[in-house]
Amino acid sequence: MSQLHLELSSVGIDFPTPKGPFSALHDVNLKIMQGEFVSLIGHSGCGKSTVLNIVAGLYQATLGGVILNGREVNEPGPERAVVFQNHSLLPWLTAYQNVELGVKPVFKGKKTKAEMREWIEHNLELVHMTHALHKRPDELSGGMKQRVGIARALAMQPEVLLMDEPFGALDALTRAHLQDSLMEIQNTLGNTVIMITHDVDEAVLLSDRIVMMTNGPAATVGEILDVKLARPRNRLALADDTEYNGYRGAVLRFLYEKQKKVEPITVKRTEKPAEQFAVENTSITESKQVA
Amino acid sequence: MSVLSSKFPALTMGKISPEKIRDLMLGVIMPMVGLVFFLIFWQVGAQNIKTSLGTFPGPKEVLAQWSNLVDEHKTERKREADFYTHQTTRNAEALAQDPAAEIKVRKFSRHPTFFDKIKTSLITVLCGFFLASIIAIPMGIFIGLNQSLYRAFNPIIQIFKPISPLAWLPLVTLAVSSAYQSESPLFAKSFIISVITVMLCSLWPTMINTAVGVAGVSKDLINVSRVLRLSWFTHVRKIVLPSSIPMMFTGLRLSLGIAWMVLIAAEMLAQNPGLGKFVWDEFQNGSSDSLGRICVAVLTIGIIGFMLDRTLLAVQSWANWDKSAIVR
Repeated sequence: MSQLHLELSSVGIDFPTPKGPFSALHDVNLKIMQGEFVSLIGHSGCGKSTVLNIVAGLYQATLGGVILNGREVNEPGPERAVVFQNHSLLPWLTAYQNVELGVKPVFKGKKTKAEMREWIEHNLELVHMTHALHKRPDELSGGMKQRVGIARALAMQPEVLLMDEPFGALDALTRAHLQDSLMEIQNTLGNTVIMITHDVDEAVLLSDRIVMMTNGPAATVGEILDVKLARPRNRLALADDTEYNGYRGAVLRFLYEKQKKVEPITVKRTEKPAEQFAVENTSITESKQVA
Repeated sequence: MSVLSSKFPALTMGKISPEKIRDLMLGVIMPMVGLVFFLIFWQVGAQNIKTSLGTFPGPKEVLAQWSNLVDEHKTERKREADFYTHQTTRNAEALAQDPAAEIKVRKFSRHPTFFDKIKTSLITVLCGFFLASIIAIPMGIFIGLNQSLYRAFNPIIQIFKPISPLAWLPLVTLAVSSAYQSESPLFAKSFIISVITVMLCSLWPTMINTAVGVAGVSKDLINVSRVLRLSWFTHVRKIVLPSSIPMMFTGLRLSLGIAWMVLIAAEMLAQNPGLGKFVWDEFQNGSSDSLGRICVAVLTIGIIGFMLDRTLLAVQSWANWDKSAIVR
């Protein structure tokens, strides 16, 4: 827990738009230790996913860079596995084959066929999916798909696990279940984890540190909160814990006081009041086009 | 019957619910009604068309010509069988008289019947379609994977796509005649010309649709592929191909439809002994039966085209990973 593992050094990224470059991130600095669980939290569109994609190597930082074990990384690699928000399993492959797809390029020539099979089954066992090895994603529930997604990432034996709102699309009960599984797995394997979340409780429960991001454009790290709750953590015991609620309050204050997001509910309009009525009935994206 | 009873089990069980009756109405009776109306319309219409070869044939005359064609086929086959039995017995006799006798084994010079011509047409169209597909699918994949390639090829595809087979044919004929010269050709020239013309016309829908399908692979899956560091080949095989199968088959079906239409025209002009040549020969022949025989050929062309499409649909259902997808 003491060794510097992953560093984001003044990372900035510009996206080209017809109106000139749009600066999404500016001067993001973050140092992550070996085995640490870090959450990124912030309002929608603040660039959390962009940070994760830069670490994953899917985007290239315009400024600064990502350093893993003293080496700069700018392309995807098996040591940084990603768990995607919408599971992103290949619908035409079974749970087993989906994990296999990730395992093969990593362990080709290092493991025999039998070892490889054992390893794939072991990883699906970690996420409690042994009962559905040969089912395709459309036969699995949302939570089960996400479990397979996690198994696929874990099976690549990554040093860093990158999770992009992994439980965002799940119902509350399934989510709690998977959070417990994730804590258990991280406790066993000791991977470094970076997780994006919208959920304040999730962030406090799972993380060693919570990185709170300011609103874009040119978003950056606003505050970093150290969560010093003892592990293993139990969600029921923590529900009435004052320390836990203190952390929770701190994150909430950052999000809803300091970085209060002012979403324009009404739209820039022409003078005619009749049109205003029409605009209210359309969704925000549509009304933007109207404006 | 087995199809009927599996679709409408109530027929065999004796219990018929209102929903089943509705299904029966939509599935069997309505198509029948359509067919009957068509036959009436045809009969009445035909009587009012007077041609230089007599009245336009109605359903009855066409049916009669169909059985004529079947009879001709049977006679021709019998003649062939007779020829060979005669030849064997004659040779056996010759050998019995003189063991050193020189034996002549001749091949029956078969006069192609209507059914032989159907077979020729099918072989020709499948060869052309197959050639087109093995060119168009890989091309489509390359073009779809690379935006710049797509931009480079798009104008060429768009220009070549609408060209009529009749425009290609003179060029193909001349090119084949000069390039394909051999003492004992493996294939007839007319066959090669027809195959190439079919190929040239049926390349494009498969190519375009495959390219669009490949370009439309979900961004998420492409990211997965990048994170898993899949090799180019695995990427194509495991991610690109399965996701573009529906679009690819849409293209293949369009192509096969075009191939079949083009073939008839190509056979007429290239004199490939298939259905196109049959129609042309009957037209030139101009006997009182000709119109009826052409009508038989026209209906046959339609039915075979329909069956080709259904076959490809079945192949699509087999190849598609999503067995619940409705293909039509």
